[in-house]
Amino acid sequence: MAEQKKDLVLDIKDLVIHYETDDGVVEAVNGIDIQLEHGKTLGLVGETGSGKTTTALSILRLVPDPPGVIKSGSIKLDGKDVLNLPVAELEAIRGNLVSMIFQDPMTSLNPVLTVGEQIAEVIALHENISEKEAQTKAGDMLEVVGIPRERYGEYPHQFSGGMKQRVVIAMALACNPKLLLADEPTTALDVTIQAQVLETMKKLREQYGSAMIMITHDLGIIAEVCDEVSVVYAGQIVEHGTLEDIFESTMHPYTEGLFGSLPNIEERKARLQPITGLMPDPTNLPKGCCFAPRCKYCTENCAKSRPDKKWVSDTHYVRCSRYEEPGFQIERRGQ
Amino acid sequence: MADHILEVKHLKKYFNTPKGTLHAVDDVNFTLERGKTLGIVGESGCGKSTTGRSILRLIEPTSGEVIFNGEDILKKDKKAMRLLRREMQLIFQDPYASLDPRKTVSEIIGEPLKLQKLVPDPKAREKKVRELMEVVGLADRLINTYPHELDGGRRQRIGIARALAMEPKMIICDEPVSALDVSIQAQILNLMQDLQEQMGLTYIFITHDLSVVNHFANDIAVMYLGQLIEKAPSELLFDNPVHPYTQALLSAIPVPSLKKKRERVILKGEISSPINPKPGCRFAARCPYATEQCRSQEPKLVEIEKNHFVACHKVGEN
Amino acid sequence: MEAAKINGAVQEGGAVKRRGQAGEIWRRLKKNKMAMAGLAVLVLLILVSIFADVLFDYNEIVIKQDTSIRLQGPSGAHWLGTDEFGRDILARLVHGSRVSLSVGVIAVSISLVIGGALGAIAGFYGGKTDNLIMRFIDILLAVPSLLLSITIVSALGPSIFNLMLAIGVSSVPSYARIVRASVLTVKDQEYVEAARCIGANNFEIIVSHIIPNCMAPIIVQVSLKVASAILSTSGLSFLGLGIKAPTPEWGAMLSGGRAYLRNAPHLTLFPGLAIIITILALNLLGDGLRDALDPKLKK
Repeated sequence: MAEQKKDLVLDIKDLVIHYETDDGVVEAVNGIDIQLEHGKTLGLVGETGSGKTTTALSILRLVPDPPGVIKSGSIKLDGKDVLNLPVAELEAIRGNLVSMIFQDPMTSLNPVLTVGEQIAEVIALHENISEKEAQTKAGDMLEVVGIPRERYGEYPHQFSGGMKQRVVIAMALACNPKLLLADEPTTALDVTIQAQVLETMKKLREQYGSAMIMITHDLGIIAEVCDEVSVVYAGQIVEHGTLEDIFESTMHPYTEGLFGSLPNIEERKARLQPITGLMPDPTNLPKGCCFAPRCKYCTENCAKSRPDKKWVSDTHYVRCSRYEEPGFQIERRGQ
Repeated sequence: MADHILEVKHLKKYFNTPKGTLHAVDDVNFTLERGKTLGIVGESGCGKSTTGRSILRLIEPTSGEVIFNGEDILKKDKKAMRLLRREMQLIFQDPYASLDPRKTVSEIIGEPLKLQKLVPDPKAREKKVRELMEVVGLADRLINTYPHELDGGRRQRIGIARALAMEPKMIICDEPVSALDVSIQAQILNLMQDLQEQMGLTYIFITHDLSVVNHFANDIAVMYLGQLIEKAPSELLFDNPVHPYTQALLSAIPVPSLKKKRERVILKGEISSPINPKPGCRFAARCPYATEQCRSQEPKLVEIEKNHFVACHKVGEN
Repeated sequence: MEAAKINGAVQEGGAVKRRGQAGEIWRRLKKNKMAMAGLAVLVLLILVSIFADVLFDYNEIVIKQDTSIRLQGPSGAHWLGTDEFGRDILARLVHGSRVSLSVGVIAVSISLVIGGALGAIAGFYGGKTDNLIMRFIDILLAVPSLLLSITIVSALGPSIFNLMLAIGVSSVPSYARIVRASVLTVKDQEYVEAARCIGANNFEIIVSHIIPNCMAPIIVQVSLKVASAILSTSGLSFLGLGIKAPTPEWGAMLSGGRAYLRNAPHLTLFPGLAIIITILALNLLGDGLRDALDPKLKK
């Protein structure tokens, strides 16, 4: 029933990534599919250890190896097969076709270079222009993200956290990438600064037309910037759909649990409905549905096999075997 | 008259730095009713944690009074302070750093009981530790594990059990859930709420997350650069924020819903330095409504309606 | 529903691995083959020094001179040959290990206690106390440690105890620095604040939180420093400032043999080998411990 998407910037099929450590095999990513069209924003929501960051890193083929091993699957970035690309071509892609914004702006900038130099370096690396031109362009980029050109010659420690993250964004956008990977870009920032940075990112994306994958644990940020949402649990996408699909017609019990865990601004004293229990140990995932041990709708069937994708509309799928039963619905839908 | 467990008067904490005097907490006043929760909200560097630690005298305040159960604790000597520690406890933000990695769960939870000689007998102490573990929802079999073997949520439960061990009256919670995943966050918040009901605890809940305090607190105090700029019952503050900073802060929360969208106020600039602050309102540099008066004269905290205090010159002018 | 419960229970059990910290360190140390080899050599040495009297009688073999068999090479009767007074070299090495090991251990204990206390006080109290102690340490540090030991021994006169004292004092500065540095990092940890919050005083905090958490770098340092203490003992004995004849000591044996280097090299070769092997073993173990104790390497 899935609608055929055209004009894909990113096409990930059945990606499986394991970390093979001395303490066992960590099954980080267990069959993730992502189809992202040009200019669209996809939100990856999930908790610590759900495999969101590993998925993003694999797009740049930056999964630390060892211990990370990409077991199977394919990643096509703008038609190029990332997993089988020679290293030289891969390096040309990184920062040019796709770039990444990390959570901690403090560690992603080099403390001994000025911010201007760092941006110019990225530009000079990927574009065939003179040093002078690169410097001018770096200055332009600073202005684009709302930092005065005069601060070109300053060092990262002279900037505040929010400003540093803007510099990182300027670097990421410097080569006009087709895809931007943002890994919790505002988690380290204060709320009012987060609002500023998100606003800047939204504006710039419209201006540059880049597609984006926004990795976050904050459903509020998802609601703000994304077109589509994939909810990740234990290395699998348990529910995927448009923003409306996920927020207005939630299907998966885990997604419901995430919503229930959030304090509701409108209903102040309502008791929170947390998900019971803990994330499963990724070295020892349950045989059946990974969410089954924490799920309040779980039946015996759930522990038997991993549920397949069930498309409920052109844009919306869910991995939950309870939907095989006619008439099943989660409580949130009933309200 | 309301039963006040805590009264903070003109609390100040200045730090001397090479660049000048850092006004971390600058003349903060508030009262807290027994059995209630006060949320202290603000962004990093606003002095909320320093306020909490000054109240507990983990940091020695520069001046002011902290009146706990009718007595000024800043005047207590070491011995009296040690006894007072039984009454007031702290739950930390980081469940990784706040537990000694070389101690087992039972040693950590039992430490206050041993130290304060409340339960000197090891057998009886172990029994008490088991009881506490049950109260905070930790499985009995974890009693001899080390913190590094446990996840963040369970570690935070250990921190809570340690704080509860001496049966305190008041607990200061410094960002107790911000290091945890959402689903675990909700578990811990519910636990803290249950404990408050069962034991009649008074909480001071320090956080940057407005949606969490809104859920949790009876009153909310907003801090900016060491000063308390607005304080009101939660409903009032959320429905009718008066200070421009509070308004901006509220509007900046990303709401996980597609229906209700707040009009967003995006603030210009960033928090300025609390070192040798300029005269006038500390928020003036970022405030969209700032006037000459705001830049020269410091606004006082005034009660604009019952229990609603605001420090802003523009109050009443909309 | 039942299946889910069982599943859940199994997982809960699986998520919590029962392993004490000492066990965890041992497990990691065991993986390091070089460190285990070092440990094995060390255990052997300790056993040999404990049972030295059982292996060779002190009066009858170790110090009894017999010039008729002087300077003999290794043979069936004397596995490592005999020295210039006809004494069995193996027997002297075995008894010498007692002196070397005990000097190493005691000298290190002296410097650990003095240096550790100074470093802990400096680190914990900071400010003026810190300044005072550390400047004193800096002065000590400015004097080369061997020179310092030589000065102390020649001032107090050569004896085993003075030797230990001299070597101990000369490595006080390095302990003070290491302990101070680790106290500084530990004392700002939140769990120290948590202890203060439940009413612990400085003494209680130092004993129950600071010291246990400073142990890792200190253990490593001890294993490496025992090696250098043995080396210093040998060095001082070589210079004639250490152990007096006829007590067997590796450095003194090395020194005594140098006159016969040309026609009886085994006199210097075997004591030299004994020193090298011991120090190598201690260094390997020290390196292994450093890796095993470093929580950053934990997976």
